[in-house]
Amino acid sequence: MTIIDKTADVPAPRGSTENSGPLLDVRDLHVEFKTRDGVVKAVNGVNYSVAAGETLAVLGESGSGKSVTAQAIMGILDMPPGRIPQGEILFRGEDMLTMGYEERRKIRGQKIAMIFQDALSSLNPVLTVGYQLAEMFRVHQGLSKKDAKAKAIELMDRVRIPAAKERVNDYPHQFSGGMRQRIMIAMALALEPDLIIADEPTTALDVTVQAQVMDLLAELQREYNMGLILITHDLGVVADVADKIAVMYAGRIVETAPVHELYKRPAHPYTRGLLDSIPRLDQKGQELYAIKGLPPNLLKIPSGCAFNPRCPKAQDICRTDVPLLADVTEQDGGELPGRGSACHFWKEQIHG
Amino acid sequence: MPDALEATVKDEALDAVDAQAKAANASKAEKPRSLWSDAWHDLRRNPLFLISAVLIVLLLAMAIAPGLFTSADPRYADLAKHYLQKPNWGNVFADDWLGYDGQGRSIYARLVYGARASISVAVVVTVLVTVFGGIVGMLAGYFGGWVDTILSRVTDIFFGIPFILGAMVVLTSFEDRALYVVILALAFLGWTQIARVARGSVITIKQADYVMAAKALGASTPRILLRHILPNAVAPVIVVATIALGGYISAEATLSYLGIGLAEPTVSWGVDISSGAEQLRNEPYVLILPSIMVSITVLAFIMLGDAVRNALDPKLR
Amino acid sequence: MGRYVARRLLQMIPVFIGSTLLVFAMMYALPGDPVRALAGEQTVDPAQIAQMKKDLGLDLPLWHQYLNYLGNLFQGDFGTQIASGRPVADIISDAFPITIRLALFAFTFTVLVGISIGIFAGLKADTLRDRGLLVLTLVLISIPSFVLGYLLQYFFAFQLGWVDPNVSTEAAPGELLLPAVVLGSLSLAYVARLTRTSVAENLRADYMRTAVAKGLPRRRVIGVHLMRNSLIPVVTFLGTDLGALLGGAVVTEGIFNVQGVGYAVFEALRHREGATVVGIVTLIVVVYLVASLIVDLLYAVLDPRIRYA
Repeated sequence: MTIIDKTADVPAPRGSTENSGPLLDVRDLHVEFKTRDGVVKAVNGVNYSVAAGETLAVLGESGSGKSVTAQAIMGILDMPPGRIPQGEILFRGEDMLTMGYEERRKIRGQKIAMIFQDALSSLNPVLTVGYQLAEMFRVHQGLSKKDAKAKAIELMDRVRIPAAKERVNDYPHQFSGGMRQRIMIAMALALEPDLIIADEPTTALDVTVQAQVMDLLAELQREYNMGLILITHDLGVVADVADKIAVMYAGRIVETAPVHELYKRPAHPYTRGLLDSIPRLDQKGQELYAIKGLPPNLLKIPSGCAFNPRCPKAQDICRTDVPLLADVTEQDGGELPGRGSACHFWKEQIHG
Repeated sequence: MPDALEATVKDEALDAVDAQAKAANASKAEKPRSLWSDAWHDLRRNPLFLISAVLIVLLLAMAIAPGLFTSADPRYADLAKHYLQKPNWGNVFADDWLGYDGQGRSIYARLVYGARASISVAVVVTVLVTVFGGIVGMLAGYFGGWVDTILSRVTDIFFGIPFILGAMVVLTSFEDRALYVVILALAFLGWTQIARVARGSVITIKQADYVMAAKALGASTPRILLRHILPNAVAPVIVVATIALGGYISAEATLSYLGIGLAEPTVSWGVDISSGAEQLRNEPYVLILPSIMVSITVLAFIMLGDAVRNALDPKLR
Repeated sequence: MGRYVARRLLQMIPVFIGSTLLVFAMMYALPGDPVRALAGEQTVDPAQIAQMKKDLGLDLPLWHQYLNYLGNLFQGDFGTQIASGRPVADIISDAFPITIRLALFAFTFTVLVGISIGIFAGLKADTLRDRGLLVLTLVLISIPSFVLGYLLQYFFAFQLGWVDPNVSTEAAPGELLLPAVVLGSLSLAYVARLTRTSVAENLRADYMRTAVAKGLPRRRVIGVHLMRNSLIPVVTFLGTDLGALLGGAVVTEGIFNVQGVGYAVFEALRHREGATVVGIVTLIVVVYLVASLIVDLLYAVLDPRIRYA
């Protein structure tokens, strides 16, 4: 294969040295949707940041607001019914929410790209994959049809699609699920963006293929030194690739931590519950733990801590006061960089 | 008696599957509300639905009891009043407020009495077409194979013949143009549309899990057809039938206008449009007034069907 | 693909025979008698009539007459009009081009205006503009075409005097404009509604989100990604619609006195000229069958997911 030769063309890692600030900085983001049943508050004050070469995993159940946050960053929210009442999304220090349509469009695909969950429905069914890949070069770089097609084949090679040259004129439905997701990755990678947002990139795939796709993504990220936001509900996927984790619940971040710290010592009962509900080989014979109750109705988020109706440790204060994301420290007050928890009783949770 | 026991178990299982079919019928909507009640919830708020419902009630009342709306006789001709147009806006709904036609008959009375012929033709045609087309479509869709091949080809034969042209040919073979002749002519050619819709929706429903389950449990074919397929296939058929009803009103008027549908002395909007066409240049209102009635009626039924379709199809929300 | 076309062509045969037989049977079940009609008021010797019928083959049983007709048809012989003695083929070749021209005009009008309205409404689904256009299409559907014909005729010909109320025998393109609008208006409403629904539905598709995320300009997102998908069902509808336009021309031609097939059929029905009616209906059925075959093939071209075995 020619992959090894290709790595030589890759430009030197960017971002890491030239500016020290984060690549992307989301500040106090709120998103709501107007529906016929009322206003759905999907995101309620999310803060997170990603630096070049860094991988942030955003974890949460469906409806936790993790995908909506990503769509807000990409600027692909349906507005209306969606609305961003407050917040900032800074890309290299500039607020994208105040930019004009054209300015944002030029960031999309070129600087920030997105990989979607269901590649079959996310690729246009009536256009060949070659056309859809080449389109990136034709639109953003003004390449001719022929040159763009050659680049598309090159890209398909890069994501290790066998017989790329023969398959470039095939349609999405003619590929297997894993191959389709590779095409999605190739499309996101086409213009070597600074940041990639991957929204559950492996959820729709077979378990055996999941690992391959995840490895490919991690490898390419390292190679290009890109920032990566990995959105998932699967704790298993996260452990190997992420640097840090943000756990979301009901449109808020409830816990942030460097990846291994979180597994070792969760500081929020929700994270604890998620960890406990992973099946483990050494607990054979025991009943599998499951968080009680249902995810909250976003039309009527419970007062206080949104998790309180499902929380085994809920107290009166949890039903009245919204816990803020507080810095988590060691028992002796020693600093734990990058850790935070939105629980009134994080001390008991982590140290208890 | 293991056999008897098995029979009861099977019956219970079948009932459970039936319940599931009902649930499937209901769960198409996004919430636990049932399909129809969810649709009703939507419809009550839809102004187009409300307007069309009120119009249809009024028109039906006109067709059933024209005497409530006018005391004049639509056939009473007073040639002295020939084309006498006296829009009597001060006394709306008086017998003469819309003036008189070429033979000095009250236009208002003719409009009111015309409702019966036009609407009854359309309603009866729709019922015939829905029953016949529905049965053909359901059998073709459910049994597939050669039954489908034959029924679909027969449907194609009728579908290929242009509707109005075909109706013209049928109608010329009858000397007498009574109501039932027009009804038969329209139904003879009109059933194909319903058959196609019914066939399509039965094929979709046939593959649903609850039908598979009922089959696996050995439910009889009539039971599957009547308790599982029919209730779930009926919604799209009703929608298409409602919209088609509007089309038949229009078709009746067209045929009467061409002089081969209903004819004098039957009072119908189509007949009046036909006679009004002769004096279009000088007395346009004689043609325009019955045309408006036809259009309003067609519009009411189409709007109703359209509103029901949108309410039943959560995908379009 | 080749096998599919062959199978479809084979399927067309029973449908073709069925439709023609149906029309044939209805025409020959007519109580009127073309030969007697020819004689008019004068009394004619019954023997003479019987002889004439025999010459024309009208004394044979229905199935035999039908077989004779089909046999002649395959040799290009549509039969002869009894009253005028003109070959039906002549009448058809006079009338058909006019109706085809009218139908194509109407078709073009339908496509251009209908699709534009549909896109315009669908892009802003559920707004006031969309609702307004939807109601407008409903109104258009609910006006029978002969009513619309008279209204436009009254307005443009009698009130404004812009056009002649009747189309001349040459049926020049300019004269056919108004009839074409009337003929196409119903299809236009359907096309607009279909396009609107399709556009609105595809607008919510995942691949549209991808196209925006790729940073494509709006023009391209709509013009390439949305349209390429949304117009597939519209094209399908348009194909079958061509046959409907030919059939609908019967009414429109009557209003504007266009000397096309509608007029010819109407005259033939009045004079009980079976061969003419059957010939014209047969041709329309053939146009319909061919158009629906073409549409199905086009469908496979436009949507790569469809494969005919």
